[in-house]
Amino acid sequence: MTAWAGYIELILEGAVVTIKLTLMGSVLALVVAFIAGLGRLSRFFAVRALATAYIEFFRGTSIFVQLFWVYFVLPLFGITLTPLQAGVLGLGLNVGAYAAEVVRGAVQSIGKEQYEACTALNLGRWQGMRHVILPQAFLVMLPTFGNNAIELLKATSIVSLISLADLTFQAQVVRSQTGNTMVPFTTILVIYFALAMLITWGIRRLERRLSRGLDGVRA
Amino acid sequence: MPAPIIKIDAISKSFGAFKVLDGLSMQVMPGEKLALIGPSGSGKTTILRILMTLERIDAGHIQIEGEQLYHMERNGQLLPADERHLTKMRQKIGMVFQLFNLFPHKSVLDNVTLAPMLTKGTPRAAAEKRAFELLDMVGMADKAKNMPAQLSGGQKQRVAIARALALSPKIMLFDEVTSALDPELVNEVLNVMRRLAAETDMTMLLVTHEMGFAHDFADRVLFFDGGKIVEEGKPDEIFSHPKQERTQSFLKKIIAAGHRV
Repeated sequence: MTAWAGYIELILEGAVVTIKLTLMGSVLALVVAFIAGLGRLSRFFAVRALATAYIEFFRGTSIFVQLFWVYFVLPLFGITLTPLQAGVLGLGLNVGAYAAEVVRGAVQSIGKEQYEACTALNLGRWQGMRHVILPQAFLVMLPTFGNNAIELLKATSIVSLISLADLTFQAQVVRSQTGNTMVPFTTILVIYFALAMLITWGIRRLERRLSRGLDGVRA
Repeated sequence: MPAPIIKIDAISKSFGAFKVLDGLSMQVMPGEKLALIGPSGSGKTTILRILMTLERIDAGHIQIEGEQLYHMERNGQLLPADERHLTKMRQKIGMVFQLFNLFPHKSVLDNVTLAPMLTKGTPRAAAEKRAFELLDMVGMADKAKNMPAQLSGGQKQRVAIARALALSPKIMLFDEVTSALDPELVNEVLNVMRRLAAETDMTMLLVTHEMGFAHDFADRVLFFDGGKIVEEGKPDEIFSHPKQERTQSFLKKIIAAGHRV
């Protein structure tokens, strides 16, 4: 019985690492997504080209290989990262590439008349973007951002391969020490699912809050 | 005689192969109320959009208060205007759109205060005070905290008028501002514009299919067809004694369609 308590603690420690990775990776992904997504809409060719290159490269290569590259190849150039740093960087850049396309699509979905109102009111390009276009576009982005965050959560399991003690890694530890496969893997399956549901719930709440008043219903 | 506030000189504009404006010239005097009428595709809306810098011209010149709109004078040469120059020139002009174009995520009050706060650096308190005055004038002060989605079309358009006025433009452009409204809501918007015309010395350009309103509102009516001014004159001359055959047939069609003259 005491042995199992220790194993539960291991799994919970793994859960903390997974949550940390998901949160930090999501923040990085969000920042990168806005930079690259807006970069693709830039007036300047060089900015557009750079943003496009980033997006296509990170969507077009395996996240698994990207992570290995960050962790094992970067040190050859003198940049050594801790497993956590490498994990956050790999996950954030990968998911950020997908989310960048979400940002671009959402911004482009805002009608021409909103841009024209900005011009007629003499708002600068960035002022209009910041106060008029992005707040409306963000609402369009949210559901897909939820998908991206869940993808990121699930992708965190690959960091176990660079020796980061996340949920999947700890389940492996428990399995090798107890010889039991069903309990540890079923447990983490449930935990991953619960975390994904938490993300879904959070996004839905945020969506409801931000869309308040937009549909004519006084909330 | 005072100088014209708007001087349009031989401007042309094409959309693809379709030439909307072909060497058009016209002038507007300060404080003048102008109605632009004509069939759709005749170029009247394009003129407003060009004045608001929503469309660029292919050729010609426009002066606002004697200053080039699309050009900058540098060492005696005319260069294409940059964004900074356009920003400066846009301060003189405001526009109200057919579909209101309110910001749906901002309250009525925030719609009106946003541009003064951002473009003129007006402090929030002062911007809100002015906004309430303007909303009061258009009869919308009691809806200041509402969201646009909670308003009728006529109410939205009155807010849009207040929003444009908040920047105190010298020239106001009204682009078919009642065309998208249910018939019973048209008058509340027209009444606001009547008041505006009576109480301010703003220059107003109005594109409209409301011939009755154009008749009462305008000092001068321009009839457009094929990107050219076919006929212009005082409302009585145009509506009661149109000289050009094209003007006559257009007005006949409009009356047949049930518009008041």
